[in-house]
Amino acid sequence: MIKKYLGSRWSPFVATFSVILFFYLKDALATTSVVATSITFGLPLAMAAMVGIMCERTGIVNIGIEGTLLVSSFIGFFVASVSGNLLVGLFAAVCMGAVSGLLLALLSVTWKMDQIIAGTIINILATGLTSFFYKQGHTLPSTFPEIDIPGLSAIPFFGPVLFMHGPLTFLGFFLILVLWVALYFTPWGLRSRSVGEHPGSADTAGVSVVRMRYLNVTIAGAFGGLTGAYLTLELVGSWDRGFSAGRGFTALALMIFGRWNPLGALAAALFFGVAQAITNQLMITEVVTIPLQFTNMLPYVLTILILAISAGKVRAPAAEGQPYEKESA
Amino acid sequence: MKTPLLELTNITKKYPGVIANEDISLTVNKGEIVALLGENGAGKSTLVKAVFGLVRPDSGEIRINGHLIAPGDTAGAIAHGVGMVHQHFQLVPVMSVTDNIILGDEPTRGLFINKRAARAEVLALSEKYGLQVDPDAIVENLPVGMQQRIEILKALRKDVDLLILDEPTAVLTPQEIDELLNVIRNLAKSGVGVLFISHKLREVIAVADRIVVLRNGKAVGITTPKESDEEGLAHLMVGRDVVLQVEKGEAKAKEVVLSIRNLHVNDDRKLTAVTGFDLDVHAGEILGIAGVEGNGQRELVEAICGMRPRIKGSVLVSGVETPDMHPRRVHAMGISHIPEDREKHGLVASYSIEDNLVLNQFDQPPFAKGWIRNAYALESNANTLVKEFDIRTPSIKTTAGALSGGNKQKVVVARELSQKTKVVVAAQPTRGVDVGSIEFIHNQLVAARDNGAAVLLVSAELDEVLSLSDRIAVMFGGKIVAFLDGKDADRAKIGRLMAGLSE
Repeated sequence: MIKKYLGSRWSPFVATFSVILFFYLKDALATTSVVATSITFGLPLAMAAMVGIMCERTGIVNIGIEGTLLVSSFIGFFVASVSGNLLVGLFAAVCMGAVSGLLLALLSVTWKMDQIIAGTIINILATGLTSFFYKQGHTLPSTFPEIDIPGLSAIPFFGPVLFMHGPLTFLGFFLILVLWVALYFTPWGLRSRSVGEHPGSADTAGVSVVRMRYLNVTIAGAFGGLTGAYLTLELVGSWDRGFSAGRGFTALALMIFGRWNPLGALAAALFFGVAQAITNQLMITEVVTIPLQFTNMLPYVLTILILAISAGKVRAPAAEGQPYEKESA
Repeated sequence: MKTPLLELTNITKKYPGVIANEDISLTVNKGEIVALLGENGAGKSTLVKAVFGLVRPDSGEIRINGHLIAPGDTAGAIAHGVGMVHQHFQLVPVMSVTDNIILGDEPTRGLFINKRAARAEVLALSEKYGLQVDPDAIVENLPVGMQQRIEILKALRKDVDLLILDEPTAVLTPQEIDELLNVIRNLAKSGVGVLFISHKLREVIAVADRIVVLRNGKAVGITTPKESDEEGLAHLMVGRDVVLQVEKGEAKAKEVVLSIRNLHVNDDRKLTAVTGFDLDVHAGEILGIAGVEGNGQRELVEAICGMRPRIKGSVLVSGVETPDMHPRRVHAMGISHIPEDREKHGLVASYSIEDNLVLNQFDQPPFAKGWIRNAYALESNANTLVKEFDIRTPSIKTTAGALSGGNKQKVVVARELSQKTKVVVAAQPTRGVDVGSIEFIHNQLVAARDNGAAVLLVSAELDEVLSLSDRIAVMFGGKIVAFLDGKDADRAKIGRLMAGLSE
């Protein structure tokens, strides 16, 4: 039962754990730090992938995730900087994300615009607006502090990896689990999936396709806002032009690799995070010297690889990308 | 006087340029089966969708058990006990039967769906109405008849007083139709009112208590099966006398023209659809292929006409092998094709009728001289064919897309049958065509036969195959399972063969 919902995506887990074990036996300290870093790298991608899952499960393609991350991290950073309060910044980022989701819903559900174009509009708007209003010289009062869970964080390896993170990291993991449970075990999930697979059957069962799509795309936007806030207010602590660095697009690839399943996408994102953390470690320790351009390429190369591997093997929600028209005549 | 279950008063619905329903009033009582009979485009579907709130009528009143239902209020209709089984199934293919049935009104425990209760409910429902289903099966793996059962259960779950069925028999085998008619009778016996749509006279007469005939959006007659017969109903539907039985003389079959040898063809998913096919069609005969749709008929037709690769085997015309995947050369060798999907493969909707009439010979004399098209020849050809094939159009310059279904099909038939051909492959030649045009197209196919063509007819309508064919081949699972003589073919026997049963 449970296995079915995991989307049979065990292979990344197995591969990851055997690699970790191998290195842990050789160098415990470095390995612990690499794995902890990989969570830091992987989580924002996983969270961004959830935005895509929530939208696409109801049949809306969202390629505007990148824009949502960019604009919400921007707002989050500057509101926190000006107000001097991280929570106010967090709130502003989530609201901004929700607004970008609402915009996507307006364009693609109400006005039935091509969803790829609607998403592109959001990306272009986000890049333009943030570049235009960007001012140098702002700093944050602080970032969200790390929380060490008493007792658990003292466990070797698992302590630093799982129980020593900022509050938004814990919140992010928790919400991904919530989304998985909600998608497969609640009426909301059943209705959402039916709207994305066959909107006609939802409509005739009295489920409003329009309302469902608005609701989910907006919630997804807010979740994207949270991701943006995490990036700037907890992970990095600053903001610069092009801050989201293609994470929104990588997230879409991870969503596909994870078969539109929250846990599958999470696993894919963590695998991705590990790959990146290992490269970083190799660079820092100067075990190998690769030109910076190549390491910077890594996310994009991996994205292409992932998509090439999963092409043709996964099945997208059937009604994805199509505006819903009640039958006429 | 007791209030009727459903009472429609003066329902009118207009679409731009078309009046779908005009001033229609009707009632359905408890336990009564009312059939809505009419041609395609007569407004049957619009009317029942108005009852279910999927279409908003411009004027008129809908009352269910005396309660006035606001126009376009699906939730209100459901709340007052209306259930609907749609013509196109409204099921989520990748989900289980249980998930599909509970969608929209899920039994819960706390925040979660109570899957155990849901499953039990489906089983109880299936027991109560005697409709066997497997609650855990995934819908897309089930046969069409089973999917329809799920649709009916879905509707019945909401304690319906009135069940609406929109063309429920269109996709079923004769056996499945008989089963369905029994289900409908049992439901009526248990007090449910049934309103069902059909354009098949036979089943309407078999099951209905009352028959309402629609024509051009108006209710033109209300009758009962006792007071009426097939001819009378057809007359009401079309507005003139219709000859239901195709009048044709004895076939004078001559030499074999089309022969298919060991043909293997794949479907779109690359699965084998036609497996080792042998078939001979003689000049001067109509060979009808009967079968439930999806048993390889489409792939067979497309492979013959060069539109789909032949994996193995060959198709010969008068002993000469036809090229694979080359529709143009196949046509040049004498195979005419009336395709199943006229919108997609038969016509260019944005071209004029005169251009559509020469789609497969526009570059040959007299329609072209070298590089230059001959407008005069085009026009005279179009004028002749429009008259000869009774294509009702304001002008030969009208675009094909603007015509009605029947007239579009007549354009295709005119183009394919006006040329001298050895073989005519007709796939679903009268699908979505009005009764009057059906009669005409049938006569044209018989005329082509009498002129010495070998006609291969593929149709999902068993009645069509029975009335036209000189020989009948029954297709199941990509093979021909039986050949029968057209004259004394037994309907029930063919039905069993179509369902894959041996005899």
